[in-house]
Amino acid sequence: MTDLTRLTAAQTAEAVASGESSAVEVAQAHLNRIDAVDEKVRAFLHVDREGALAAARSVDERRARGERLGPLAGVPLALKDIFTTKGVPTTVGSRILRGWVPPYDATVTRRLKEAGVVILGKTNMDEFAMGSSTENSAFGPTGNPWDLTRIPGGSGGGSSAALASYQAPLAIGTDTGGSIRQPAAVTGTVGVKPTYGGVSRYGMVAFSSSLDQGGPCARTVLDAALLHEVMAGHDPLDSTSIDAPVPPVVEAARRADVRGMRIGVVKEFVGQDYQAGVKERFTEAVELLRELGAEVLEISCPSFTYALPAYYLIAPSEASSNLARFDAMRYGLRVGDDGTHSAEEVTALTREAGFGPEVKRRIMLGTYALSSGYYDAYYGQAQKVRTVVTRDFAAAFEQVDVLVSPTTPTTAFPIGERVDDPMAMYLADLFTIPANLAGNAAMSVPCGLAREDGLPVGLQIIAPTMADDRLYRVGGAVEAAFTARWGHPLLEEAPAL
Amino acid sequence: MSVMDLVSYQDALASYDPVMGLEVHVELGTRTKMFCGCATTFGAPPNSQVCPTCLGMPGSLPVVNAVAVESAIRIGLALNCEIAERCRFARKNYFYPDMPKNYQISQYDEPIAFNGYLDVEVDGGTFRVEIERAHMEEDTGKSTHVGGATGRIHGAEHSLLDYNRAGIPLIEIVTKPIEGAGARAPEVARAYVAELRELIRALGVSEARMELGQMRCDANLSLRPLGTTRFGTRSETKNVNSLRSVERAVRFEIQRHATVLGEGGTIVQETRHFHEDDGTTTPGRVKEEAEDYRYFPEPDLVPVAPARAYVEELRGTLPEPPRERRQRLQAEWGASDHEMRSAHNAGAVELIVATVEAGARPDAARKWWMGELARRANEDGVELSELAITPVQVARVATLVAEGSLNDKLARQVIEGVLAGEGDPDTVVEARGLKVVSDEGALGAAVDEAIAANPGVADKIRGGKVAAAGALVGAVMKATRGQADAARVKELILQRLGVSG
Ligand SMILES: [Zn+2]
Repeated sequence: MTDLTRLTAAQTAEAVASGESSAVEVAQAHLNRIDAVDEKVRAFLHVDREGALAAARSVDERRARGERLGPLAGVPLALKDIFTTKGVPTTVGSRILRGWVPPYDATVTRRLKEAGVVILGKTNMDEFAMGSSTENSAFGPTGNPWDLTRIPGGSGGGSSAALASYQAPLAIGTDTGGSIRQPAAVTGTVGVKPTYGGVSRYGMVAFSSSLDQGGPCARTVLDAALLHEVMAGHDPLDSTSIDAPVPPVVEAARRADVRGMRIGVVKEFVGQDYQAGVKERFTEAVELLRELGAEVLEISCPSFTYALPAYYLIAPSEASSNLARFDAMRYGLRVGDDGTHSAEEVTALTREAGFGPEVKRRIMLGTYALSSGYYDAYYGQAQKVRTVVTRDFAAAFEQVDVLVSPTTPTTAFPIGERVDDPMAMYLADLFTIPANLAGNAAMSVPCGLAREDGLPVGLQIIAPTMADDRLYRVGGAVEAAFTARWGHPLLEEAPAL
Repeated sequence: MSVMDLVSYQDALASYDPVMGLEVHVELGTRTKMFCGCATTFGAPPNSQVCPTCLGMPGSLPVVNAVAVESAIRIGLALNCEIAERCRFARKNYFYPDMPKNYQISQYDEPIAFNGYLDVEVDGGTFRVEIERAHMEEDTGKSTHVGGATGRIHGAEHSLLDYNRAGIPLIEIVTKPIEGAGARAPEVARAYVAELRELIRALGVSEARMELGQMRCDANLSLRPLGTTRFGTRSETKNVNSLRSVERAVRFEIQRHATVLGEGGTIVQETRHFHEDDGTTTPGRVKEEAEDYRYFPEPDLVPVAPARAYVEELRGTLPEPPRERRQRLQAEWGASDHEMRSAHNAGAVELIVATVEAGARPDAARKWWMGELARRANEDGVELSELAITPVQVARVATLVAEGSLNDKLARQVIEGVLAGEGDPDTVVEARGLKVVSDEGALGAAVDEAIAANPGVADKIRGGKVAAAGALVGAVMKATRGQADAARVKELILQRLGVSG
């Protein structure tokens, strides 16, 4: 009998649609897998067994009635715990929301449900998506299935670990500075940050509103495309959502052909002091693209070196305001409400107890950067950098169709290595941040294992806004060529759990 | 500090020149809130008109109410403002329990409307109040402090929060410094708020009822020595919520500032509360340092960029400016300044207009509303508009009088019947049998009877003393229980006695 947890999402959907497997069987197989391995991986904060089985049953019933099922009906999914789920706890990895049960579904959640996707549960993350390792979760770290002593990336480490450990064939993440792509890179999975505005942010707990973007995570490029199509599209509840058709991502993933494409290598990202094995795999991937018929050019984006500092002003500034609502008045944790404290004191005590150190650090950073007298020098200046980064991208995309770089400077680092060194932690997002500042679409796709540690390396592909389909063309081609070269998908080299 | 301890108003003005700034918040009467679809019905049970967005729940997002933007633009145009081609919302960050997100979505350096003016009438003359800006924002929730003595947060045991009001659209209208009003400053302040209120109502964007908090005024005031140009330190008197209070608060602050300055003291920049009972103000929270709201552009919303064609289309929907309209009506009605002002103060202008539109002559419409009906409203302690009679009904009464079917005395009885709920004027006339006796036969018989019963009077009239006819008219009116047209009766008497009137 086939192991249902090893199928791709596309294969699973086909099995359910053809009646080869029932959605309930598929859901149960994944729930069993979670029971078997998640004690070690700790990808999930909350497993919604009943909800998952009920959703699966409903898909089976619809099929029995002869209804046409969507392309992902009956496929299980791990949802980052940053999307609201009606009746199911949503913590955003924070103590301050412990016990909060949202009264409403995020637009993404609603679209998944409508598509018959089976939500298995909510995955671990850095608190409020602030981090690159998932170590900032109030509920403890998640292990990387390739090596449980290492980080699975962050902030969406729970989602990437769930995929890499076959607990779910699909997952959803959010990417503010790399939180989808960096976890995908270090776990040997695929992660896409769509164009800003491509996926509704309604019901996605805000970290930095102008940068946050939800996106698909999967084990294959085609699976990511299928999920992309289900979750994307205009939403009147999100004013920043783009009112235009979703780019033809599934078609592009199937086409998977780079012949005649012009691909740019960002000069400013070459020669940065990153891990030798990462550099080696990246060079190999660029070579592969050339072999596949793409034209490779070196492109200069001088402003990208300022992207990281600009990001660490903009994101904390917006976060300091977005997180002000956690005041113990209407939901979540409440500390000190014993009749001896004023409302103001209860708010202060709750925030003191409810937020972790990284969140507090960023709230303070952002509060400072927005203060009168400092606004122009910090927030204002960072916005100017943002404009220049956008201009650099625009100039680059006049010469090339996509840009490529390594996704992150290193492979997965050991849990605990960088917790006391925020600056080292921030560098993990060096290559991913520019696309957030400019709103571009970007993907991380596996490109092999680093020679020195045998851990996955990701290739980042960046496309112009609303040209998300190009990511899938390039990513699909890279995936197909490498899989053929290796003789199997990269993930099969991961050790058994 | 009571009014008694202050230098007199005249003395204050003898040394100082007042400068005012007025900030008026208007709650728009939109069906839904500024950034979500919740209803805005007044007086609903606490927290019954809320949703994730106006409760500031994690993940929720705002969506701009297009009707509110339209109202803001129309207010801006009516205030002779420029309308921004592109403007953004901004977050005003501060913590307060009745503020769900702990930031208010407002506008900062990019208001939707700016650089306008409003002409107001003071003492028969016109005073131009310059408008700095009008911007859009959302209202906060309401806190009720329980257990404290004053209803203030200080000393309260606990507080109740109602978020029904949170997210209701507000337009904040800010004047430029109002200079040169001199002793008329309190009057200018009152006239400005009154004129603004009328404008808002004419636009149909809000009922602007100050007693319900639909329109709230903050009055900033500073004094500078006469002949100088630099502004003094200002006080900000918050939530002055009636026209009379606006005038009193400004007047009090002028005297208070003059007293402090005259004693060599300095004015503290602070917010102050106005007290309706004794007309004084007392300090609110002292601002130890200027509050830092950390404004930044609201990233959850895209800029508002009203197309010029759309703005012009809205300009076409503007009502006639209330002041110009009043002048036009006064001319059309042939009313004196005093009469017009009385009608305005009694809230009768719109009722008279509607009555004229329903077919009454302007003088008749004015006579009924400002006479009999004003008396009734006064007796009952209600507004004219609250009386149980419509302009159409009043117009009908006036028409019946003009036709000669009713005389004034009967008309008053008809109105009484309508107010008592007996139905339309015609129904009341019918049911009460109030028609003027116009049957010439019946009337002729009554006249003959009166002549026969008063031969002495009849002789006097025959002899040329026409004035004596009054006694016979009275007798006829008595006999017909007042339901005769007195003029016609007199005509008949003179005719019968062979005298020409
Ligand atoms: Zn609402």
